[in-house]
Amino acid sequence: MTPFIVRRLLRLAVVIVGVSLVTFAILHVSGDPVALIMPEAPEADRALLRQALGLHDPLPVQFARFLGHVVTGNFGKSFFHHGQTATALVLERMPTTLTLTAFSLFLALAVALPVGIASAVRRGRALDQVATGTVFLGQSMPVFWTGIMLMLLFSVQWRLLPVSGWESWAAVVLPTATLSTFTTPLLLRIVRSSMLDVIGQDYVRTARAKGLTEWLVIGRHALKNAALPLVTVIGLQFGLLLGGAVITETVFAVPGVGRLIVGAIRQLDFPVVQAGVFMLAMIVVSVNFLVDVLYLYLNPQIRLR
Amino acid sequence: MAVSSLPTPGLAYADAERPVAPSRAWRKLARNPAALAGAVILLVVVASALAAPWIAPHDPAKQSLIRRFTPPVWTAGGNADYPLGTDQVGRDILSRILHGARISLLVGVLAVVVSLLVGVSLGLVSGFVGGRVDTVLMTIVDITWSFPQLLLALAFVAALGPSLVTVILVLGLSGWERYARVVRAEVLALREKDFIEAARAMGLGAMRTLLRHVLPNTFSSIVVLSTLQVAQAILQEAALSFLGVGSGRTYPTWGQMIALGRDFVTVAWWLPTFPGLAILATVLAINLVGDRLRDALDPRV
Repeated sequence: MTPFIVRRLLRLAVVIVGVSLVTFAILHVSGDPVALIMPEAPEADRALLRQALGLHDPLPVQFARFLGHVVTGNFGKSFFHHGQTATALVLERMPTTLTLTAFSLFLALAVALPVGIASAVRRGRALDQVATGTVFLGQSMPVFWTGIMLMLLFSVQWRLLPVSGWESWAAVVLPTATLSTFTTPLLLRIVRSSMLDVIGQDYVRTARAKGLTEWLVIGRHALKNAALPLVTVIGLQFGLLLGGAVITETVFAVPGVGRLIVGAIRQLDFPVVQAGVFMLAMIVVSVNFLVDVLYLYLNPQIRLR
Repeated sequence: MAVSSLPTPGLAYADAERPVAPSRAWRKLARNPAALAGAVILLVVVASALAAPWIAPHDPAKQSLIRRFTPPVWTAGGNADYPLGTDQVGRDILSRILHGARISLLVGVLAVVVSLLVGVSLGLVSGFVGGRVDTVLMTIVDITWSFPQLLLALAFVAALGPSLVTVILVLGLSGWERYARVVRAEVLALREKDFIEAARAMGLGAMRTLLRHVLPNTFSSIVVLSTLQVAQAILQEAALSFLGVGSGRTYPTWGQMIALGRDFVTVAWWLPTFPGLAILATVLAINLVGDRLRDALDPRV
């Protein structure tokens, strides 16, 4: 078991270096980032910026320096935002993004667990068909459009909730709901299919034969085993979830990391883009790692190996 | 020669393992009303994309300030010449949606072709060669998987300069790891099968075994994954356009129309609504067909 964790830790280190390399590439992929950042500036100014960004050195040297900066959390100063450091800008907005993601994940679980279980238990019945149909619909809707449609109904038509922002509880409702329409179908599908797998197993039949009530059979025996794939999927899809958060923030002008990065991308504010992309990737990496470790505890088959 | 004329049990097994015959798959597909509806919608979308310049009632770029914010024809103030209304500079929404179908489908299909080529070859090599090569390739897959895909695509499209080719390449190159995972898993399972061993025992080279015997057996998974990936790519392209780093500022795209519509959501609900419905219908149609294809092609079900 310990070698397993050590192996995972080693892999984690390699992945982090890889993530740094990709983040590093964002600035260099265009060939000459300075021409991109200041297309009309005189050569003297460009030379100054090149100097400041250290673009004269060979790429491996630049990457080594970048890695050093990554370790110390220094991505340089923003070209805008009064020259605040990119790291500070991102960290300041991180709680908002994480709150939005967590809220929507809870909401999605609150819907997907009961509906998915009921759907599996009563397979093929009306509820199952409605649920499966809704999953399809949900997975085919662009998140940003769902957000605008909700806005149209709840803010414009019925004037119940604010159009944008993050200042009040009312403002939190629409972004959370929007992101959930993206997450719920994903989770519901997994809950349903893993419950279907489990329900057919011998030990569930045994539990029924023992005379346990349906509630106990499902709650105690089936659900426990169906939880494993759910945990894996949440971990694996966390990147997708954060991607959804980025879009949702843009639609509702939520002051989170996503909106910051999208704005920085439009302004070609590379330090902020790199800091934001790197830190969001780090969250995905850590969640994946945690899921791996959790998996180890939840699944005795691996633990014993 | 002597070996190949022997009725090896391994080769008989190979026949049984082949994907279900296409005609049977199609019949299974046709029996499902939802999938059939999906196929019909998809045909309509493809047809309108191909015929857009001839069937669109207006020039999608033609502005008319007198006609701006004309509501859809069935509401008060609607005009039969502009069935779905006009936008903030008086352009016909229906014509723009018809033309937008071209970008969506083009990017969706070509991005998936890029992902497919990269992902399938790396997956094949990774699964078949194994060992160190496998470890390296799977670490790269892990790294790619660590980024919110959309964010990475957004950053790279912006850094490379938005264009149709950039969007296709970036979406394609950020979506290959699914193919690599799926194909690798299939190859790992196939590698142990008797007919692959038989092929090797017959003296077939690794490359030939891989292309002639392993690859064809992964086709059904690749087909199913590809339909679903086209749907994803269309959603991603729309998201990129919505965020303002789409394929082009001159040609209308659905995502860009929704982005413009967002700014006028309080005065003209039809601006963001219809392009979104177009995306929804297209993606839903592809998903329905893809899901049915999975049921039809998967011999396990």
